[in-house]
Amino acid sequence: MLSRVAERMYWFGRYMERAENTARLINVNANLLLDLPRMIKTIWGGLIDITGTNETFYKKYENAEERNVIRFMLADEKNPGSICAAISMIKENARITREVMPSEAWEQINELNLYVKQHVNDALKRDRRHEFLDDVIHYCHQITGLLHANMSHGDAYNFIRIGRNLERADMTTRIADIGCMFLINPQVDIPDAYENILWMNVLRSLSAYQMYRQYVHDRVNGEDVVDFLMRDQEFPRAVAHCLEELNLCVNRLPNSDHSLRIITRVQRIVNEMDTAKVMDTRLHEFIDELQINLAEIHDQVTKSWFEYSPLINEQE
Amino acid sequence: MNFKNYKIDGLYDELLTPRLQARSSAGKLLKYLKSLNYEEINKRKYAAELAIKTMGITFTVYSEGENIDREWPYDIIPRIIPSREWVKVEQGLHQRMVAINHFIDDIYNDQKIIKDKVIPKELLRSSKNFRKECCGIKPVFGVWAHICGSDLIRDKDGTIYVLEDNLRVPSGVSYMLENRKVTKRVFPELFEDYNIIPMGDYPTNLFDTLSSISPRPLDYPEVVVLTPGIYNSAYFEHSFLAQQMGAELVEGSDLVVADDDCVYMKTIEGLSRVDVIYRRIDDLFLDPEVFNKDSTLGVPGLMRAWKKGNVALANAPGAGVADDKVVYTYVPDMIKYYLDQDPIIPNVPSYSCSNEKELKHVLANIGNLVVKPANESGGYGMLVGPHSTKKQQSEMAKQVKANPRNYIAQPVISLSTVPTLCDNTIEPRHVDLRPFTLQSNRTYVTPGGLTRVALVKGSLIVNSSQGGGSKDTWVISPDKD
Repeated sequence: MLSRVAERMYWFGRYMERAENTARLINVNANLLLDLPRMIKTIWGGLIDITGTNETFYKKYENAEERNVIRFMLADEKNPGSICAAISMIKENARITREVMPSEAWEQINELNLYVKQHVNDALKRDRRHEFLDDVIHYCHQITGLLHANMSHGDAYNFIRIGRNLERADMTTRIADIGCMFLINPQVDIPDAYENILWMNVLRSLSAYQMYRQYVHDRVNGEDVVDFLMRDQEFPRAVAHCLEELNLCVNRLPNSDHSLRIITRVQRIVNEMDTAKVMDTRLHEFIDELQINLAEIHDQVTKSWFEYSPLINEQE
Repeated sequence: MNFKNYKIDGLYDELLTPRLQARSSAGKLLKYLKSLNYEEINKRKYAAELAIKTMGITFTVYSEGENIDREWPYDIIPRIIPSREWVKVEQGLHQRMVAINHFIDDIYNDQKIIKDKVIPKELLRSSKNFRKECCGIKPVFGVWAHICGSDLIRDKDGTIYVLEDNLRVPSGVSYMLENRKVTKRVFPELFEDYNIIPMGDYPTNLFDTLSSISPRPLDYPEVVVLTPGIYNSAYFEHSFLAQQMGAELVEGSDLVVADDDCVYMKTIEGLSRVDVIYRRIDDLFLDPEVFNKDSTLGVPGLMRAWKKGNVALANAPGAGVADDKVVYTYVPDMIKYYLDQDPIIPNVPSYSCSNEKELKHVLANIGNLVVKPANESGGYGMLVGPHSTKKQQSEMAKQVKANPRNYIAQPVISLSTVPTLCDNTIEPRHVDLRPFTLQSNRTYVTPGGLTRVALVKGSLIVNSSQGGGSKDTWVISPDKD
């Protein structure tokens, strides 16, 4: 397939995942806020931290109060993680590649785009927000499912999956990171009673709560949550699972040696992680390194398949 | 709904007779429309608008430095053509396409038609679309124009004329196909009552046509659609056709011509050979080594690869020489010269301004004529005499005098009408018809075509870039019983 199209499919996968993650993040945090004591107001700022958009955000807004954060994450076209921006990108990428996608998917994407454009302003109000975000998530699931069922699982589909799993792994590390920041940060004094609720929130942000309860029988605690999110092989949003998916997808592509080598290396790092030890001392740095490794996978994917170089051809 | 206030005013209406009776093929449709009240018919209209939105059927307008995607304008009342009439049109288009291809092949090789003085030599020398770079080339089957969109119009007396042949990068076929899909969603009941000839196999026929001209005799030659990109007004169509044919949609930057003078596309596996390019880029942007040096849309070396016979281009560069509006006036002569036949579909009578006598006539009667530049498309730069001001007329006269070769003039053909849904009424609106013809070692004509409709009352301008709409077009075969 064309390199240009492969790149578009990859970004399509990433933005689909990003739109869904953003919607879920806002939803879960809004819910959590209802549970927490009134003094904890930093929770909305946490969303900005998670998505790594501090710089863009504070350029425009003075403080991270609810209204600002919500507007920024839902409707701000300048924020590449906002639902509006992600969905515009989904549409643009799909538009350029619509000949490789089933046409029903294109119709769904159009519908999603129209829906978001029409309703995003309603969602700035609290009482309409939940419904809007739920709808966005449903649309995303519908499109993902439609592609899964109706699109040939060939190269194009592989690139969507690569994009999705890289984005997903990245988001999981970010959310795990934020959980720790709350607990470690001495400025935010969270009563012990709420620690449990916080970790539940971390799990819920990743739709992981129920699966966690099924697989980890202990009560919710930080170490087990981090271990589950990093190393579980079966939960689709766990980093280890995402990496295995990446490994499988990349394996099927031509010229995959370089990328495979990096992915395998990162897999080893995650598998050999001693969660208890890392939790004690340096979880934040560990996650930082992991994110750098994920970025390296992205760079190699770009180099191997999206950038044309005559060298690739000579190798064959 | 009723047609009591419908005004035909001496024009030809495609669905109604002058006495407001349904034409025989339109009986069931009109009966059905009459059975709906306005509320019901508006409901269908909204359903169609929604379908067009969600199907993402758009066209792009370039205006004030910005590209805007607009929803495709579509009117829910279809146009009907009985198959007995269509058979003749189909034969006529076939005949025309064969003659035009003989002409192009002749022009770039022996130029017999000029030597035999059927066509004046000056005509070529001044043609904007004649490409001297194409001389001496012999494409497969001697075919240069593989895809043609012809504009047909019908006069008051019911005669169908060819208004022009679009041989460079004719567009509209995707809208023709999508219109049918929308109509099926909106009026499924009518498809039970009528034998409407399906047109959905156009992409298959297009793919077969393109495959047949592959320089390598393969079962599955690599066919690609070359687009200028998402900002082109017809990008929707490029993407649609690539998708429907299962071909790659490529931009110029996706292709390279290697040292072996073959064309390759850049893929995730490296370079991969391309056999046939259905190009939707104008000649002058195809290859910066030969034509427009600043073009970033094309592929350097493409002409080299084509001349060597390593890649097929459809339509071939230079095919546009026959879609010049002055050359058009000679098509009936070509049909006689190459095929020894009489034209089945007549041309609109035309005056070439390059002929001094005819130029005088044009200038004297400019208020009653349509004056068109020879090489514009999309309805740009033309003057519709009876609908113009004195000032516009004198400006046009000045331009014609300055460059007579560049203009032709035709009497105003009134254009037939079709009932069209307006604000809570049904009124006649003018239409034309663009069928598409494919040519390689065989010929295919779409059953029907894209009906374009001038949505403004009384207007004759049907181009979508200038406020035109469209209709589904049904070629109907008689009941099976």
